[in-house]
Amino acid sequence: MSQIEEVSVAKFKHLVSERALTGETMLLNMGPQHPSTHGVLRLLLELDGEIIVSCIPDVGFLHTGIEKNMEAKTYQKAEVMTDRLDYMNPLGNNLAYVMAVEKLVDLDVPARAQDLRVILTELQRISSHLVWLGTSGLDLGAMSMFLYCFRERELILDIFELVSGQRMMTTYFRPGGVWRDVPVEFEKAVRDFVKVFSKRVDEYETLLTKNPLFLDRTMTLGRLDAALALSFGVTGPPLRASGVEWDLRKTRPYMGYEQYDFNVPTRKEGDVYARYLVRVQEMRESLKIVEQALNKLPLGPVRSDNRKFVPPPRSEIGVSMEALIHHFKLWTEGFPAPKASVYSAVESPRGELGVFLEGDGGPKPLRVHMRTPSFDNLAVLSQIVKGCLVADLVAILSSIDIVLGDIDR
Amino acid sequence: MDKKLEPIVKAVQDKFGSTVEEFRNEVHMLVKPEQIMAVLTLLHDEQHFELLSTMTAVDYYPQSAPRFHVIYQLTSLAKNLSLQVRVPVSGDIPKLPTASGVYNAANWRERELLDMFGIEFEGHPDPRRILLPEDTVGHPLRRDYPLGYEEPQFTFNFEEVDLGKPYAKE
Amino acid sequence: MGVEQKLGNMGVVTTTLENTVNWARANAMWPMLFGLACCAIEMMSAQASHYDMSRFGMELMRASPRQSDLMIVAGRVSKKMGPVLRRLYDQMPEPKWVIAMGDCASCGGVFNNYAIYQGVDEVVPVDVYVAGCPPRPEALIHGVMTIHNMVKGESFKQYAEKYK
Repeated sequence: MSQIEEVSVAKFKHLVSERALTGETMLLNMGPQHPSTHGVLRLLLELDGEIIVSCIPDVGFLHTGIEKNMEAKTYQKAEVMTDRLDYMNPLGNNLAYVMAVEKLVDLDVPARAQDLRVILTELQRISSHLVWLGTSGLDLGAMSMFLYCFRERELILDIFELVSGQRMMTTYFRPGGVWRDVPVEFEKAVRDFVKVFSKRVDEYETLLTKNPLFLDRTMTLGRLDAALALSFGVTGPPLRASGVEWDLRKTRPYMGYEQYDFNVPTRKEGDVYARYLVRVQEMRESLKIVEQALNKLPLGPVRSDNRKFVPPPRSEIGVSMEALIHHFKLWTEGFPAPKASVYSAVESPRGELGVFLEGDGGPKPLRVHMRTPSFDNLAVLSQIVKGCLVADLVAILSSIDIVLGDIDR
Repeated sequence: MDKKLEPIVKAVQDKFGSTVEEFRNEVHMLVKPEQIMAVLTLLHDEQHFELLSTMTAVDYYPQSAPRFHVIYQLTSLAKNLSLQVRVPVSGDIPKLPTASGVYNAANWRERELLDMFGIEFEGHPDPRRILLPEDTVGHPLRRDYPLGYEEPQFTFNFEEVDLGKPYAKE
Repeated sequence: MGVEQKLGNMGVVTTTLENTVNWARANAMWPMLFGLACCAIEMMSAQASHYDMSRFGMELMRASPRQSDLMIVAGRVSKKMGPVLRRLYDQMPEPKWVIAMGDCASCGGVFNNYAIYQGVDEVVPVDVYVAGCPPRPEALIHGVMTIHNMVKGESFKQYAEKYK
């Protein structure tokens, strides 16, 4: 492995102010291992006392080579890698990839599968926002938020385990639908959760929303203006907290989102407090969607029956020759995709999660590019922390809600 | 094609002579490398495509002319439209003008393309590698770069793989 | 490392002292905060109230390597992060132990490619490997209990050999 190299300020001459070169300001390394950086992010801070003059993010400490690895696997097997990109939202990543594959090969999804996908994606959104709230509170010193949020998250992870056998990296959505039907206890578990959770969100709000310490630390901090946000490619709650009402579930509905009645919370101030309010309100809206989707859950198949892309059930293989041949072809070779490219995007808890998929006529993708929201959301950090204290940097960074697996892929 | 997108595509086609393809309700435009800055400026300033959703590249090795396609995915929030602009480039170190003057989001995306594909962007304010260590040689997402696969260790080749692994000393 | 260096290998004379020292080390082992990726979330879950790790003495996680004795490498280690990991391991004072949590830290996991170390034992010596992707909090607690049993069975002879 390479050794750690020593560099001088001259290397970053174009990124820091001239005062750093004379030694008037100090360069501080907020290193990859740090309790408040939400993962392995390295920030080079140029400090004048305690005030930040410029901030240079250095990413790549979690680079996994997922895009190249997916080119070496067939379309079905590559889905396993998508779980581990944005690890707070594995079902959302699965959804984005599976929708891209279905668009590329023109595969239909039955209604029950669409409904189940919506329920589980919204539950995943709630669990991701819970982790954000917990770690954000922990960064600002409110440690009890962390314990409360993780208590609720356990309920959601129990539902995922009921449905797929795994708490986090489920790979439950497959091209054509979902892996298999949900057990009978699913409906009761989700209804119990919905009943309990709306009161819990009110509990969290009583802890933080009108708390004078929290208001003091977060109001008017890290202001992000809408034009700057759009120019940097920021999407998701930071964009909505700056006044732009853009949510892919409303503007480009997919998976039947047009049937549900929900609002998109938007605020105008663009500071840390606005982002907090937007995300807490989003948790409530997601709960509404879960309840509506559960009430209208139709009966029917959960996976498409186009046997060229979807494997047949085990019971059929013993009696039908075609089923055996389809099973054989899908397992040894995989299904071929046309020589074209698609771009398909969903709304993840962090912003627009897009998948650019190009096929070359064979069973393995030619190129898979994941457009991850945290990559663009982090690029705007260096613009909004100028003039803040180091403690404020921690608050602003946690309000943008980045996940390093998303950035480094 | 969306009704609102047709006049925009026609305007770009007439002015720059680009080819247009449609696939599954998406519009892909092929533009020559010399014209890309003019096309992006037109789409950003006049046609209100404010958001650069993503910028990526595809490597068509062993085909060498063109070897890469650089892809700009543009989104218009005001009109709710999407457009994909493709630029074919060739050569071992292809060069393109930087789009970070028009879209700030292109800044980090171009650094990523330099890192992963070796495509250089002239006029970029900060041309450094972003995801890989600074002393890496080569560009991993090119198709002639090996995957770096390690042989799985089963019982029949247990000792061979064990001897080859660089275990850490104390 | 005061006690071992001064007393060395004295056989049966120091057994009660060994038991006391091991008991103290095992019951108040503080882990260093080294969560890298998805396994870090399960580690945080294990630390939270449902699967409480404070019952096992790991009341808090220290961010500073100088004040911790257990490093739980939770997540995938990329080639850029390797030197950082080694440096942090070198900064921890003896006695120290390492748990490789998850498949990526044990053997490279799902990612068999150019960017990830195929097992964190290519960078630091590992004592306990916990399998799973990500391992359930109960699995991590089982790994921690295994380390505790290992520590309770240690003797001064092992350390004396190392520092002769």
